Amino acid sequence: MPALPSASGARAARAPHRVALFVPCYVDTLFPEAAKAVVAVLERLGVGVDFPREQTCCGQMHVNTGYQHEAVPLVRNFVRAFAAAETVVAPSASCVALVRDHYAHLAARAEDPALEREVAALVPRVVELTEYLIDHLGVEDVGASFPHAVAFHPTCHSLRMLHVGDRPLRLLRHVRGLRLQELPRSDQCCGFGGTFAVKNADTSAAMLADKVADVIGSRAEVLVAADNSCLMHIGGGLSRQRTGVRTMHLAEVLASTEGSYA
Amino acid sequence: MDTGEGAATMPEDARSALLAAVRSATDAVRDADVDGAYEEVARDYRRHGEASVEARLELLCERLADYGVRVTRTSGGGVANAVAAWAAERTVRSWVVPPGLPDAWLARTRDVDVVPDDADPRALDAADAVVTGCAVAVAETGSIVLDAGPGQGRRAATLVPDAHLCVVRASQVVELVPEAIDVLTAAARSGRPLTWVSGPSATSDIELVRVAGVHGPRTLAVVLLEGA
Amino acid sequence: MSATGPERVELPYLQAASEALQDAQQRRNLANATTTIRAKRAAVTAEMSDWEGLRSAGKAIKAHALANLGHYLERLEASVTAAGGRVHWARDAVEANAVVRALVRATGTREVIKVKSMTTDEIGLNRALAEDGVQAIETDLAELIVQLAGEAPSHILVPAIHKNRAEIRSLFVRAFGLAPEALSDDPAELAGAARRYLRERFLATGVAVSGANFAVAETGSVIVVESEGNGRMCTTLPHTLISVMGIEKVLPRWRDLEVFLQLLPRSSTAERMNPYTSVWTGVHAGDGPQAFHLVLLDNGRSRTLADEIGRETLRCIRCSACLNVCPVYERVGGHAYGSVYPGPIGAILNPQLRDVRRDEALPYASTLCGACFEVCPVAIDIPRILVELRHRTVQRTRERSPLPVGSAEDAAMNAAARVFADHRRFEAAQRLARWGQAPFVRRGVIRSLPGPLAGWSAVRDLRPLPRQTFREWWRSREAAAGGHGGGSGDDA
Repeated sequence: MPALPSASGARAARAPHRVALFVPCYVDTLFPEAAKAVVAVLERLGVGVDFPREQTCCGQMHVNTGYQHEAVPLVRNFVRAFAAAETVVAPSASCVALVRDHYAHLAARAEDPALEREVAALVPRVVELTEYLIDHLGVEDVGASFPHAVAFHPTCHSLRMLHVGDRPLRLLRHVRGLRLQELPRSDQCCGFGGTFAVKNADTSAAMLADKVADVIGSRAEVLVAADNSCLMHIGGGLSRQRTGVRTMHLAEVLASTEGSYA
Repeated sequence: MDTGEGAATMPEDARSALLAAVRSATDAVRDADVDGAYEEVARDYRRHGEASVEARLELLCERLADYGVRVTRTSGGGVANAVAAWAAERTVRSWVVPPGLPDAWLARTRDVDVVPDDADPRALDAADAVVTGCAVAVAETGSIVLDAGPGQGRRAATLVPDAHLCVVRASQVVELVPEAIDVLTAAARSGRPLTWVSGPSATSDIELVRVAGVHGPRTLAVVLLEGA
Repeated sequence: MSATGPERVELPYLQAASEALQDAQQRRNLANATTTIRAKRAAVTAEMSDWEGLRSAGKAIKAHALANLGHYLERLEASVTAAGGRVHWARDAVEANAVVRALVRATGTREVIKVKSMTTDEIGLNRALAEDGVQAIETDLAELIVQLAGEAPSHILVPAIHKNRAEIRSLFVRAFGLAPEALSDDPAELAGAARRYLRERFLATGVAVSGANFAVAETGSVIVVESEGNGRMCTTLPHTLISVMGIEKVLPRWRDLEVFLQLLPRSSTAERMNPYTSVWTGVHAGDGPQAFHLVLLDNGRSRTLADEIGRETLRCIRCSACLNVCPVYERVGGHAYGSVYPGPIGAILNPQLRDVRRDEALPYASTLCGACFEVCPVAIDIPRILVELRHRTVQRTRERSPLPVGSAEDAAMNAAARVFADHRRFEAAQRLARWGQAPFVRRGVIRSLPGPLAGWSAVRDLRPLPRQTFREWWRSREAAAGGHGGGSGDDA
């Protein structure tokens, strides 16, 4: 085991790092284990975690489907829920990108100067999980162990909106026992796209079919991504086709100590 | 709505209405201030090459070779031999020679009929080749630019014949596109037509398979004249 | 031969896309073509150490030209006129076609040769000329192929990208009156057949119509960038040349070409430089056309220019890099978009240029994956504009509706917004959903969903909601730890 901050008692209020966790609405509801894993990883690294209960949804579904006015109360709820937080960490590049790329515009369009000020103050403090681990904590080895063949799907929003680059891969390469399989055409969109999967169901299904074929081609046991939304879509296809390939959020792999001898 | 002859005889309506729509769509900027705003455009890209002369020529040859262009490097009187050898190898019987092409370049070529560059297109079509100089060549992109100057001919003359031999002087070779644009400024301002040639004509329209030679000359060859 | 143009009857986008998805041959052709050109583009842009600097300059020059468009159009007009050309102005397709028809009629010709031009396709010029009994002959190989097939182009740069060599061979055998054994499906031989067919037209036809990639206000230079030499033929051999150009194509000064002649070929054909670029200025005595007409077309552009968010769409230089990287375009092809401008750029350009209800589906034909923005040589933020146009579609749908909400989706989104605006309602909804999912869960998996979600469950399983949400787990953990340290959220 590498030298790590003491894991026990990391929730103490005196922790040198303290973050507020944003758990996207669908993760909270459908994939609570991913959010629990984020808590586990952060606490293991000595970070104190808060979960402001007022939080709900960042508003991405509304904004991306064309309901910008309807998203404004969600923006308001988000900035107020996290107003007191020094740093907000979210295990979803997609939600972070929405906050960074759209909140200022939404607040301006709502003609609410107070909201604009709150947004301007909060947005720079909202970071995606791998950005937080690598840029803020300077950690690449989080002390995880996961002896499985893994393929990594770099989601579009993490690649092209947040530009997280190889941060997730740097974290994965330090996971003991993990065998990283090459995923062909990994930078190709999986076809989820939020309501796109419903509104353009046929096209989404065609893109999914290609992605599932590539995942099978990677010979991985587990497909990992840093966003549950794409995983819900790809995982749904992998399950329907009985491929036997599991999906896991990156945080779950980083939280794993499976097969560890420490 | 205007139709037919009306449109050709009443353009003023459309002109003023279109310009009014454009001007009302943009913030009012005084015409006098536009030039100042233009200068503020940041140009954070390479504007001057840094390669040595030899590296620049080498790069040009490499890029031309990528396009399937045969390059002969020579100097001094060697150019006449290179031109003659090319014509002999292709059994060129007639070619277009534009006015202003140095006589010395053709000194060793025998038995080739000369077609004037202002011949009609069918006569140009019947010629086996055309031989010209150029205005500037760009190493990084393997491009040759003709600007209707001496020894370069009218545009049709370098277009209709099926083979084009171009003599490029080493001193005409620049490294980068911005350097070529700079060299061509006077020609552009005086309204001379320019033709940029980067390899023989090509199409990738069928299954993206590159086919060299469609409508322009199917063969392009270059003689690179060093020390000139 | 049939003309292409805006009157073509189109299926709704979703229906056209679904049909295209069934065309296995087209999907293979498209996947092969886009995969090839993607890799090439990546290589020729990666070798440029200053690519991002060129992109920024390209964006800035275009933005400046658009912000001062009136000024530059008048300068262009003055420069072209001083060089012996004539400038015409057209507010829409009807006016532009009328100008060209009158000019062609004055020459007395029955045939015009054409260089591939998106703009003349946009205005449906070929059909307009046909009304006067004038045949427009497309001279670009791919345009010729789709013209012979009686189809519309499916790609900006490679209009016949949806056709393979065997299909093209049988088309040529029929159209050129060749014996079947006289032509193989080798692309070089097919190109040779087109060369022979078109050479006579180039030598004999007195009038050509082209588009323009750029026009320089300072010098009056008009630029056509191409590969095959048909552009050189059309802009050099005929007596009369008519160029139709969207007003957004104007560049301020000569030196600006140093940016765009680098950005365009590497982004579009993925070459360091395209084989031929023609630059002409008005009329050159004794060399090339002796009559030159430049038609400046608005057709929705000034309206787009007036829109603060949509305006940047007009920076587009029609390179088609966004098509080649778009995962949606790769699957559905160009025809589904129902316009000469397909793919991501079409999805934002069409709804702005023209006021057609069908186009409202286009901004939704994207996963917002961002690949288009990443490759755009003038950095058009296509995803942002897509989202903005979706917003407008929602507003317009609502305005058209006799009910307080525009659609069932609208009602659902409003309800969801109400739920998400307050965590207590959200938590209640979570509990309700867990209860409501029961009828759909079979052996621990949801395999079938009702209504609009049926499309989801057709190909994907959904796991049922777990017994405990994250926030329930968090509260129970806080309670076990003594009820503190849980942040600001413990409600009173």
